[in-house]
Amino acid sequence: MSDMFDNQYTRISTRGGYRRGSRFPIADIFIIIFISILCLTCILPFVHIAAKSISSNTAVMSKSVFLLPKEIDFSAYKSIFKDGTLTRSMVYTVYMTALFTAFGMIVTICGAYPITKKRLKGRNVLSFIMLFTLYFSAGLIPEYLLMKQLNLLNKMWVLILPLMFSPYNMLIMKSFLQSTIPDSLEESAFLDGASDFQILFRIVLPLSKPILATLSLFYAVGRWNAYADAKYFITKRSLQPIQYILSNMVLSSSIETISLSESAEVKSTPEVIQAATIMFATLPIICVYPFIQKYFVKGVMIGAIKG
Amino acid sequence: MVPIACVFIFKYAAYPGLRMAFMDFKPAKGYAGSEWVGFKTFAKIFSDKDFQRALNNSLVFNFLDLLIGFPAPIILALLLNELRYKSFKKVTQTILYLPHFLSWVIVASVSYTLLKPETGLVNILLIKMGMIETGIPFLTEKWHWAASYLLLAVWQSMGWGTIVYLAAITGINGELYEAAYLDGASRWQNVWYITLPGIRRTTIALLIMNLGRIMGSNFERLDSFGNVQVKDFQYQLAIYIYEKGLSAGNFSRATAVGLFQALVGLLLVLLADRFAKMLGEDGLI
Repeated sequence: MSDMFDNQYTRISTRGGYRRGSRFPIADIFIIIFISILCLTCILPFVHIAAKSISSNTAVMSKSVFLLPKEIDFSAYKSIFKDGTLTRSMVYTVYMTALFTAFGMIVTICGAYPITKKRLKGRNVLSFIMLFTLYFSAGLIPEYLLMKQLNLLNKMWVLILPLMFSPYNMLIMKSFLQSTIPDSLEESAFLDGASDFQILFRIVLPLSKPILATLSLFYAVGRWNAYADAKYFITKRSLQPIQYILSNMVLSSSIETISLSESAEVKSTPEVIQAATIMFATLPIICVYPFIQKYFVKGVMIGAIKG
Repeated sequence: MVPIACVFIFKYAAYPGLRMAFMDFKPAKGYAGSEWVGFKTFAKIFSDKDFQRALNNSLVFNFLDLLIGFPAPIILALLLNELRYKSFKKVTQTILYLPHFLSWVIVASVSYTLLKPETGLVNILLIKMGMIETGIPFLTEKWHWAASYLLLAVWQSMGWGTIVYLAAITGINGELYEAAYLDGASRWQNVWYITLPGIRRTTIALLIMNLGRIMGSNFERLDSFGNVQVKDFQYQLAIYIYEKGLSAGNFSRATAVGLFQALVGLLLVLLADRFAKMLGEDGLI
């Protein structure tokens, strides 16, 4: 992917001796330092919190924990696991996110594929109907009442169904299909007697694997990180996704206290518990991030070419 | 047909609910039992002090967001483009994209942990270095909060925002640089006369999209960073709608504000699009 970012300019610079005759080596050094500092601001906070979460209470209290843990102590994590709220919520959120992603992808494919077909009558009207929601939505209260009428309040499905159609993702899918799959391919399959579904499953989908991966990840990460709808529509604690639980635990007005049940036998100070809670919710993203990152970049590029 | 059904059930079905804005809506009576009041609700909200404050805050903060947040990825993309060490570039890009993948809750929790006046790492370090005597209330005093709120958003989105610009830079014809090199153009001249004009279209397209959002506000971001001490600034339209509507049960009023917000947003997008076309650029719609 990064090859794409290297424009001619850099290539000239390495080939044509530009490096030797560089007029501003100081500028280079400045840029490298500046970017390195930016990178550090993206990493160090997490290193610090991770260190805090496995340090002993006294070390944290004496404000001597910076980037390395002192007097390693896992009791904060032990109480989190004993309490169980976070672990349960984590399992639930993974399950919900997986369902959401699967549904979202089905809907996106069903939406994007037909409107790339020229023989579909009124496809412009259809895509306008679908895209209009991107620019104009009814707003929170009408949606809230709608969910109430649909009897979806306090159900897991309220986190899945309303958002599973994303006009933006559909646009990306559509422009991918239009740009990569030649009409002639489908026509010849059609002449060979393949049905529409066979064309979709045997030809189109296998050819669009990369974009399917990208969009699945868009859906999954979006769902994983969102919590506003849970705040609006869900009051039952067992149905709240992990981000919402985290926001309640760490950001609730009384910042210094943290609510774990008594059975958790909390031995750590609120600060350590907080650090551990944050790490618990952040680690999954940080762990998968390096592997999924390149798919995201791809998706943004396809979207950008369109835009 | 499934997506069409989805759109109708979950989006269009909510539009009739907008009529609440013109009613004195009582949840117990439902739509049928509530009284039509015309534009009275709108008259009411525009004279409502809370609404004025929320609108004001939304506009000011969104404008500042645009002012700081929009150029940041462009500058960063230009800097990244100047980097000559491929592997360094690749690693830094990966790292810089990371914050984009973290939710506002996580960004906010991390910031609170690091920026607390007494126990936050940043303040501890600053005190130890002797630069300040007492901790700076980065997130618990409204002016400091405003700065942190804006800068943290820049931090979160800057790296990710570069992707589009880097892609646009890749599309610039390499011969231009070659010619400029032969003409003895300096690096700065290269950037100014080739790279920046080369990404102009992308920039304008993105600016239009962002202009359309100047009315909107991100509830999660405001909610995550909210606390009692900074209510004055944190009180923006999204919070207004949530508190008046869901918490206080004043449905009509919150709907009216939501409708106002959506309509102005739509209008802004259309205007910006028209404007871009007038300038001879490709619009969005």
